[in-house]
Amino acid sequence: MSTDTPRQLTLRILRSSPGEGIAPHWQDFHVEEAEGMTLFIALNEIRDTLDPSLQFDFVCRAGICGSCGMLIDGRPGLACRSLTRDFGPLITLAPLPVFALIGDLSVDTGSWMRGTAERLETWIHSRAEADLMAVEAPMAPELAEAIYELDRCIECGCCVAGCGTLRMREDFVGAVGLNKIARFRLDPRDERSDEDYYELIGDDNGVFGCMSLLGCHDVCPKGLPLQTQIAFLRRRMVAVGLK
Amino acid sequence: MRILYTDVLVIGGGLAGLRAAVGARRRGHDVIILSLVPAKRSHSAAAQGGMQASLGNTAKGEGDNEDVHFEDTVRGSDWGCDQAVARLFVHAAPQAVRELAAWGVPWNRVRAGEREVVMDGRRVTLSERPEAHGLIAARDFGGTKKWRTCYVSDGTGHAMLYAVSDKAVAEGIPVHERMEAIALIHEGGRCHGAVVRNLVTGELVAYVAKATCIATGGFGRIYRVTSNAVINEGIGAAIALETGAACLGNMEAVQFHPTTIFPAGILVTEGCRGDGGLLKDAAGHRFMPDYEPEKKELASRDVVSRRMEEHIRAGHGVKSRFGEHLWLDITLLGAAHIDGRLREVKEICHHFLGIDPARDFIPVRPAQHYSMGGIRTDARGEAHGLAGLFACGEAACWDLHGFNRLGGNSVAETVVAGMIVGENIADFVESPAGELQVSTALVREFLAAEQAKLDTLLQGNGSESATDIRRRMQDIMTDKVGIFRRGDLLTEAVDELQALLQCSRRIGVATRRPGSNPELVAAYRVQKMLKLALCVAYGALQRTESRGAHYREDHPRRDDANWLKRTLAGWSDPFQTLPSLAYEALDVRHMELPPGWRGYGARDAIEHPATAPRAAEIAAIREAFGHADRAIVQQALMPYEHLVPLCFRGHNARLGDAW
Repeated sequence: MSTDTPRQLTLRILRSSPGEGIAPHWQDFHVEEAEGMTLFIALNEIRDTLDPSLQFDFVCRAGICGSCGMLIDGRPGLACRSLTRDFGPLITLAPLPVFALIGDLSVDTGSWMRGTAERLETWIHSRAEADLMAVEAPMAPELAEAIYELDRCIECGCCVAGCGTLRMREDFVGAVGLNKIARFRLDPRDERSDEDYYELIGDDNGVFGCMSLLGCHDVCPKGLPLQTQIAFLRRRMVAVGLK
Repeated sequence: MRILYTDVLVIGGGLAGLRAAVGARRRGHDVIILSLVPAKRSHSAAAQGGMQASLGNTAKGEGDNEDVHFEDTVRGSDWGCDQAVARLFVHAAPQAVRELAAWGVPWNRVRAGEREVVMDGRRVTLSERPEAHGLIAARDFGGTKKWRTCYVSDGTGHAMLYAVSDKAVAEGIPVHERMEAIALIHEGGRCHGAVVRNLVTGELVAYVAKATCIATGGFGRIYRVTSNAVINEGIGAAIALETGAACLGNMEAVQFHPTTIFPAGILVTEGCRGDGGLLKDAAGHRFMPDYEPEKKELASRDVVSRRMEEHIRAGHGVKSRFGEHLWLDITLLGAAHIDGRLREVKEICHHFLGIDPARDFIPVRPAQHYSMGGIRTDARGEAHGLAGLFACGEAACWDLHGFNRLGGNSVAETVVAGMIVGENIADFVESPAGELQVSTALVREFLAAEQAKLDTLLQGNGSESATDIRRRMQDIMTDKVGIFRRGDLLTEAVDELQALLQCSRRIGVATRRPGSNPELVAAYRVQKMLKLALCVAYGALQRTESRGAHYREDHPRRDDANWLKRTLAGWSDPFQTLPSLAYEALDVRHMELPPGWRGYGARDAIEHPATAPRAAEIAAIREAFGHADRAIVQQALMPYEHLVPLCFRGHNARLGDAW
């Protein structure tokens, strides 16, 4: 882990500033590696000491909020929890594809995810207004845990960036969208039926568009069971389609 | 000049702001939320362990109710809180949990029958009631008499934030992302909205609103070592301070969380200790029982953090190349428990430390964690001195937490305050006082003033570096305004911060582009952050007692006789270099729970002269009511129901209620 002479790292960053018409180009920055150094630490050091104009997004810096998705040596991942020691001396960083570019490593995942939420109506649909004074309705403990398993998505966009289908179909909902449908489908508090979900994802921009390359599953930082969920949803939606 | 008009402007897209927005929207008002980041990235997501609400469903929560939660909260605050607000909060917290359940939060549920848990280092068997099966469960947290913290594994804040954020989408509330309020528009004690900077294009836009609500969270980033997200810079509180009309309450009350991983400062939840984890020293010795025989690892956070630092000072810390730390041992909980209930902790340990907490101890040391202080409001959430300005959540000081917040009470406060303040905002907007009367000339003036400040930074000939000033500020705060405070060090801190504030007026920005410009952002923010830092340091210097998280080594006793009061910091002249401090007394004669010993920590407080008479009065009232319903006795001691919005009044039902 630690050696007597620290490594000299080169961070090769894809720079751009669409607002100013600056075309994408690679720029190298050199930093000395420190023990426990993450890309969060390295990028801030670059901004503090080498180039104050460098754009990137971090919020929690603890792998919880999903702000810092980027291509690290070409693979989508969370920069804040990527330790430099796990990479070679040359690390390339580029913004996530698919999302609108803001500048350098910063992309607009927010609008994309809001669009997904509106399109798939990712909230509990219930006709009854809850009585907040009454004892809550019970739920099987196992079911609550199973819902949380799918609720752990942090909308970082790594699955979107790793998706083959999205390169060809820009309206594809992506694994993040399909996982959300799987999550609400599992939740008995949501009164929507499979027929309702079919209206949302029963086409080539939904679950039938997925080519099963499953880059999403490989790169999900939260280890969500995307492969299983997409396969399962496809079966359920086929059943509706055949009715 | 671009002006956007709305009924309600909410600044901050975390849980408090989102919930307040939903409340106002449901009353039929147009709402716009401003957020520095996509709303779901807000720091609310980092609340891991859970939210307190006295549902009393679990075996160790049986018998819990608002009274017990109230007493825990007041004791936790070291009697610094507003007890009427604490009552309001504990009353609405069960409703908030149940509302979130209806909105989809997958709360962990009670499983009937026997289960093994770890308590005080030993495995014991608890038996859960069959009738509680499937109801919302709770875990143990520090400073509480009952197991009251409702949770979703250790991703509670995440699950809550996503549910409420999606609810806001369902209500059609627009969130304007990457937008930063940099000044409030106000005149004659009335707030009319904010000057807002687009962080992508650099454009300034005026948002004019009948009511403005600040919900921007805490200001932990004025410290070097903090668990807070990088966006927690307190700009919302700072722009309220800069109006010169609103003020900030109890800014010196800063919480340090006992267990953040060393040295990165990333939080690992109090749930680790609540679920049975232990603190150990270099020798592997469990030291907390030596200091706190009653509550041990589960005393309040201020007490545990102080004991840890005390233990390190006594030479028992683990030495590492980054300095000294202690160990958090959760190995005794077992891999299955950690995989299910502490999975974020496991991920953090894996990614940042390269260890498995089921087998290895976690290196921890206290770090800045929470800002009890904030924009001083009344119990309705409206700011002192500025009509039409509201605040809720960590950004506000209404004042639920006093000088120390209990774990699980902050994420609970976000949604509870959002529920209550959202209704109060709607009431205000519907009242004659809520009518919008603002001239575009005033708006133009505020826009021009802010543009001029930015132009000075961009085009002036300043030579000071914002990054350097910021680092020096953070060092001063961590080194001199930390867990242990002393008059001489605080004096140095105040002097140095004042000098830095002067320096900050000469900051130069090398990147001249007007749009997305992180250097410019750092420059105007550090000017504001320094004012907050001065409020903290100067307030701490003046407060010559120890209360909750504010610990003065040169004044180690809590002094109710002289200091049972709230600090109010104002900044009316932009060129002053120290805040103007005023004090607001807490009236013992109206307290439901007069000052006493907390049940942990020091016992030698200096008594307030009104404490003994009030205690006698309370005893007499209780005796007169005999076995009357506890709600009736409570009303006789300290009425608070008038503070509860109508829609949240009533009796919170619990399992086993007579009715």
